[in-house]
Amino acid sequence: MSLVFAIFLPIIAALLIPLLFKRVSSIHTGWFVLIIPLLLVIFYGTYISTVMDGSTYVDELPWIPSLGISFISYIDGLSLLFSLLITGIGTLVVLYSIFYLDKNKEKLGNFYVYLLMFMSAMLGVVQSDHLISLYFFWELTSISSFLLIGYWYTKDRSRFGALKSMMITVFGGLMMLGGFLILGIIGDTFSIRELIGEATAIAGHDLFVWALVLVLIGAFTKSAQFPFYIWLPDAMEAPTPVSAYLHSATMVKAGLYLVARFTPIFALSEVWVWLVTGIGILTLFWGSFFAVKQTDLKAILAFSTVSQLGLIMSLLGIGSIAYHVTGDLVTTFTFATFAAIFHLMNHATFKGSLFMIAGIIDHETGTRDIRKLGGLMSLMPVSFTIALIGSLSMAGVPPFNGFLSKEMFLDAVLNLQHFDLYAMDSWWILFPIVAWIASVFTFVYSLYFVFYTFRGKYKPEQLPKAAHEAPIGMLVSPGILATLVVIIFFIPNFFGNAFIKPAVAAIQPLAYKVPSDVGFSIKAWHGFDSPALYMTLGVFLVGYLLYMTIPKWRAMYNALPSKVSLNGMYDGIMRLGDSGAHRFSSIYMTGSIRNYFVYMFAAIIVLLGGTMWIKDAFAIRLDALAPIRFFEILISILLIIGTITILFTKSRLTAVIALGAVGYTVALFYIIFKAPDLALTQLVIETVSVALFLGAFYHLPKLNKHEKGKEDRGFRLGNFLIALGVGVMVTLIAISSHSQKLIPSISQYYKDTVYSEAGGGNIVNVILVDYRGFDTLFEISVLTIASLGIIGMITLRLAKKRGARKIENK
Amino acid sequence: MEILMSILIGFLFMAAVYLILSRSLLRIIIGTGLLSHGTHLLLLTMGGLGGKAAPVLTEGVTVKDYVDPLPQALILTAIVISFGVTAFSLVLAYRTYKELGTDNMDLMKGTEDND
Amino acid sequence: MKTNDLIIQTTTKLVFFIIFLFSIHIFFAGHYTPGGGFVGGLLMSSAIVLLLLAFDLKTVKEMLPVNYTVVTAIGLLISIATAAGSIFFNVPFFTHVYDYFNIPLLGKTSIHTAMFFDTGVYLVVVGVTMTIIQMIGGDE
Repeated sequence: MSLVFAIFLPIIAALLIPLLFKRVSSIHTGWFVLIIPLLLVIFYGTYISTVMDGSTYVDELPWIPSLGISFISYIDGLSLLFSLLITGIGTLVVLYSIFYLDKNKEKLGNFYVYLLMFMSAMLGVVQSDHLISLYFFWELTSISSFLLIGYWYTKDRSRFGALKSMMITVFGGLMMLGGFLILGIIGDTFSIRELIGEATAIAGHDLFVWALVLVLIGAFTKSAQFPFYIWLPDAMEAPTPVSAYLHSATMVKAGLYLVARFTPIFALSEVWVWLVTGIGILTLFWGSFFAVKQTDLKAILAFSTVSQLGLIMSLLGIGSIAYHVTGDLVTTFTFATFAAIFHLMNHATFKGSLFMIAGIIDHETGTRDIRKLGGLMSLMPVSFTIALIGSLSMAGVPPFNGFLSKEMFLDAVLNLQHFDLYAMDSWWILFPIVAWIASVFTFVYSLYFVFYTFRGKYKPEQLPKAAHEAPIGMLVSPGILATLVVIIFFIPNFFGNAFIKPAVAAIQPLAYKVPSDVGFSIKAWHGFDSPALYMTLGVFLVGYLLYMTIPKWRAMYNALPSKVSLNGMYDGIMRLGDSGAHRFSSIYMTGSIRNYFVYMFAAIIVLLGGTMWIKDAFAIRLDALAPIRFFEILISILLIIGTITILFTKSRLTAVIALGAVGYTVALFYIIFKAPDLALTQLVIETVSVALFLGAFYHLPKLNKHEKGKEDRGFRLGNFLIALGVGVMVTLIAISSHSQKLIPSISQYYKDTVYSEAGGGNIVNVILVDYRGFDTLFEISVLTIASLGIIGMITLRLAKKRGARKIENK
Repeated sequence: MEILMSILIGFLFMAAVYLILSRSLLRIIIGTGLLSHGTHLLLLTMGGLGGKAAPVLTEGVTVKDYVDPLPQALILTAIVISFGVTAFSLVLAYRTYKELGTDNMDLMKGTEDND
Repeated sequence: MKTNDLIIQTTTKLVFFIIFLFSIHIFFAGHYTPGGGFVGGLLMSSAIVLLLLAFDLKTVKEMLPVNYTVVTAIGLLISIATAAGSIFFNVPFFTHVYDYFNIPLLGKTSIHTAMFFDTGVYLVVVGVTMTIIQMIGGDE
């Protein structure tokens, strides 16, 4: 199986899903879907051992060869880790969804098509080496996320959340595209690998910082960093399998992937270090702080996800400092990258399981409101165990994997003291402090999540359903993830060697040639002299105190202004856009066809006249003119008379006949100017046209002039001036176009080859059927459509709408 | 002749635009008919009018003497298309007239609550 | 409205066939002399229009029981098929071929794929024109 094909496999399989859903209704569609990620996880699994040794794989499929755009699948440590996450978590999520979504009630066809589409898109994002195809997949993830959040599209909140996520992530995507284009232009290539090769040259360019900021906006919107995170809590309207998959384990990590992937290109910039680290830390704090405020289980997890993404983001930022230092310090900072990837993996395991538990609670009790829940421990013991493992890991408590990576995080932040550039020496102390406070809140909301749900008093009267343990199938996926949480704690270095080191080597190619060069090993115990140990102990102590006193201090969240929040800003901008667009378009969209005509004709006068004026394009040559003969003057006069008759007649019969007469005089012109085909066609068509008009005569309105009278004098004058303007303009163009032949006509080619190559004698007809056959083909298509339209208008009369009234004819 | 034709075309366009800008349905349709005549002649004039022979291969005519065939081919397409369009708009017009009971464009425009 | 003008009706029948034959002629001649699918098709429709004028819609429908929408569809299909046929010979879309054949009675004749394309055009033009006119004429 080629790598590019592997990317597209889910989306190809998605084509079959609606069919399976319709035809095979006895089996849950999810079982068929399950095959795909399972197959892919095995497929990508076979790459682990060789990628560990530093091998990379490339596969290319041309997409738009003329622009040099191709789908390039590039597998190295980083993309392999992500691919495995996507397919691995994907397998578990599909399995979970089989029990979560009822096959008789839900539109499973839609759900799995979107899900598979997302899977392809996400694989594309992490494997694409070409910036444009990366962007393509990137937006595809936004679209599939939109569709999945809006899966229960009858709910207002779902649609709102879907639109919000779409607006923000697509905005970021467009910014990112801008950044990509700048990068492509200054680096003269769209290949990420080639760009990495010329990173130093690129860094010197004036537009470099712009590219950097734009790409970062893309990454920050997708990874829900401050201030763009606001879409993620609203995205929780999606079915829980989606939240677990897209909005915690994979899609929101696309931004992290992007930052990691572009680190070798951008890390040389001071702006990068500050932005990525600073925004990361801020988001970490912000998310953890507000998580405690939430009362919806999934909202707590959403804010927690925001916070954890910030944590990883800041670690990536600290890791990029390695590009600014030399000697031993390099490994001091690449350690942060190592920690980032490790935590990314851990987060996927514990957060995935927590989301699934939140879904189970919702499924079995009918609510996610933590105020109504409580005392579920004895009723749902298995769920409780899994939730406890996940939460404690999230809180950073041993013996779970979160403890390891949280310690490493604190170490990495403390390492900032060794960096004395870019004013970091005076500000670094802020980072560990904020990180520590955020860790405290993380501890608090982790306990809040699990104990407020499972301990305390059971309140069955507030629950829509009587709570009971979930079916075994539903517990399998979170159970597997929770087991991983424990396993990783005990054998972290197995995972470190297999997944993390290859990824770190890909992010830090300057420091490490092959994955085995990455010399870190993960330890649970660093000795008593480790400052991180005391920080962690402090977190447990203060966190526990705060947790016990939650009811006392939570009221302070209400003191925060709700109107000037980021969500308020988003709503305001959306409203402004809506009403602004409406107001703006209603200025010119008056509904009167005459106004639209006026715009068009005015545009003709202004644009053509302006161009002619600016380019000095008017020309008149009197030397190569055809002679004027008597009967030509005669025909011209006939034409003018006919036209004037049409203008001034009051009878529609006269007008129609005069129009026919004009048509016949035009045919005479064709005869004079040696166009026999045209003359023939014109004569016949004029006849048919007149027959057409007469046939429709019975139905046609009278030739009313609606602009009589004094009050319409201005109206008529305006029309006349516009008409005059267009007439003069066309005359000038006709004269100039005849008077200057700037480029040779293609007609010469037609004349030369008509017999030898096209085997015909009538050049006009040969042009129609051969040289420009496309024109004719489309023309007859247009004719067919016109006739179908006419049939539609006449035979399919719409039933008169109630309340539609006839307008009095003035 | 080209100058004369140019002026004639300008006149046709002027009349057509004037008709199109009016408020009466039928006049608008007739206006579009005139507009297409003007356009056809404009195309023809652009190619030059002084050709000596129709663009049909004939014994004893040198290649140079043939009229430019390309505008003619374009016009032929345009004639047939404009026939289709005229027929379409004619039916559209009279169906509208029948449904709404007016041929005054100003009365037909949608309002805020019923567009 | 049922007209019973015998002279017009008789003449029309005759003229119809003359125009009809002329339209066929002009269609076939189109590749070498003025004419072609468009003019041919239009002439054919004008002949039918003439019938419509002399008789009435119902009578003409009985005389020529043709569904013109089908004619349009067939025409369009022929044209597209001709254009697309070249794909199967591994040449670009719309590549025409022609050759000369000696056909008994007619002598040396060229057979040209463009002719098939033009046949499609002819049929579409007839179909569309007649659809429109019948529709408008038959609308009460």
